[in-house]
Amino acid sequence: MSQVTVLGAWPSPYVYRVIWALKLKGVDYEYVEEDVLHNKSDRLLKYNPVHKKVPVLVHAGKPIAESAVILEYIEETWPQNPLLPKDPHQRALARFWIKFGEDKSAALFGFFMTEGEQQEKATKEGQEQLRILEEQGLGEKMFFGGDEIGMADLEFGWLAWWLDVMSEIAGVKVIDAESFPRLHAWIQRFKDISAIKEPLPDRSAMLTYFKGRRATFLALAKS
Amino acid sequence: MAEQNKVILYGTWTRPYVKRVELALKVKGIPYEYVEEDLRNKSPMLLKLNPIHKKVPVLVHNGKAITESLVIIEYIDETWKTGPRLLPQDPYKRSQIRFWASYIQQVFEALVMVLKTIGEAQEKAIKEVSEKVKLLEAGLKGLFPDGIPSVDEYSKNVTLLDLVILANLGGYEAQEEVLGVKIIDSEKTPLIVSCITALIDLPAVKESRMPHEKVVAFLKFFRENALNSAAA
Repeated sequence: MSQVTVLGAWPSPYVYRVIWALKLKGVDYEYVEEDVLHNKSDRLLKYNPVHKKVPVLVHAGKPIAESAVILEYIEETWPQNPLLPKDPHQRALARFWIKFGEDKSAALFGFFMTEGEQQEKATKEGQEQLRILEEQGLGEKMFFGGDEIGMADLEFGWLAWWLDVMSEIAGVKVIDAESFPRLHAWIQRFKDISAIKEPLPDRSAMLTYFKGRRATFLALAKS
Repeated sequence: MAEQNKVILYGTWTRPYVKRVELALKVKGIPYEYVEEDLRNKSPMLLKLNPIHKKVPVLVHNGKAITESLVIIEYIDETWKTGPRLLPQDPYKRSQIRFWASYIQQVFEALVMVLKTIGEAQEKAIKEVSEKVKLLEAGLKGLFPDGIPSVDEYSKNVTLLDLVILANLGGYEAQEEVLGVKIIDSEKTPLIVSCITALIDLPAVKESRMPHEKVVAFLKFFRENALNSAAA
C-alpha cells in the first residue's frame, strides 16, 4: 500500500474536504501541518509550485494540488464508498454544484471580510447564493449527493462548522433554521456522520484564529 | 437522429468556453445542432436551460441540460466512447490534466486583463500573465517531456487540456496584432505554440477555425468597449 500524505493547515476548510474523502473511504494517510501564513516549507513549495497552497495530496511520491482535483483523484483511486453517482448526467450535476461553490466563494465569504454598509451588502449577496443552494442544489434531498453523502456535500462542508464561527466573529447571522430550513437540517445530518465529525477542529481555537484573520482582512481593506 | 439522442449546443462564437465544448464534440465525431445565442438578448430557452448562471455553453442531451464547459467535456467523455479519450485512464495523469485545464482559466483571465487595460495597469497585467504563462509552459514540459507528438499521433491522444489550450490561447497571434505585445510565442512558450499548431492541423479543428481577421476585429471591438466603459 503506497504512502498517502496530506499537506494541510488545520483552519482550512479546503483541507477537510480531502481529509473527509479519505476517511469516508477508509484510506490511511499521514497528515503534515503547514504554516501557510508565515513559513511555507520547502516541501510545500516543491509539491505545489504553482499555487503554493494547501491541501496537497501526495500518493506514492506524486503530488496533486487543488481540492476539487484531489477529490476526483481520490474517487478514482479508491472507488469504495463512492462520492459521485454512476450516471453521467448526475455526475455532471454534482460537478456543477462543486464549481458553483468555488465560483461563488467570494460572494459567500464576503460578509466575513467586510464591515458596516459593505457588510450588509455582502451578507445579502451571500444569502442570495445560499438561497440558490438551498432550493436548487439541495432541494428535497437528504444530502447534495442524494440519499448518501457525496463530493458536493464535502464542497459545502464549511457551512457546517466554519460558517457558524465566522458569523459569530463577524456579528452577522447568515443562516438560521427559519430562513434556511433545508440547509440547516442538512448541516445537522452532515455533522452527525462520524467521519465528518471526528476530525473537526476545536471551536475555541477556530474563534481565536479567525478573529485574527478578520482583523487582518479589515486592516488590508483600509490600507 | 432519434429525438432521444439529440445533442444541442447553445453557444456564442466569441466565447472560448463554448469553443472548448465545440472542439470536444468535433474531435469525438459527435453530431450536434448548434444554436447561436446573442448574449445581449438571451433566448427564453437559454434562460430556462441555465437559470442559475444564464450563460453559454449549455449542452442538451436526451433532453437534459449540462452547463460549465469542463463539466460538459467530462460528461461527453463519459457518455461517448468513440474518438480519443479526452481524459486518460490513469488517475494521476487525469489529475494533472484537470489541474492544468483549471489553471488555464487563470491564465486566460489574466490575458483578458491585458486586453482591457492601458498604461501602467496594462504593464502590470502583462507582467502577471507572463508569469502565469511561464508556469503553464513549465507544466506542459512536465506532461510532455519529449515534446508535442506529431499530428497523426496527436489525433489519437488529444485530451481535454489540449482543447482548453486551443480554445483559450489559440488566438494568440490575433492578440499580438491587436496589442503589439508578444505574450505567447515560439521563443518564450515553445510548447504552448507547438500544441496549438499541432491541434489546428487536425481535420476536425481546421474546418471550424475562425479566420484571423475576424478574431482580430472582435478583439479590437472588445478592447475598445472595455476601455470606453472604464473611462465612462
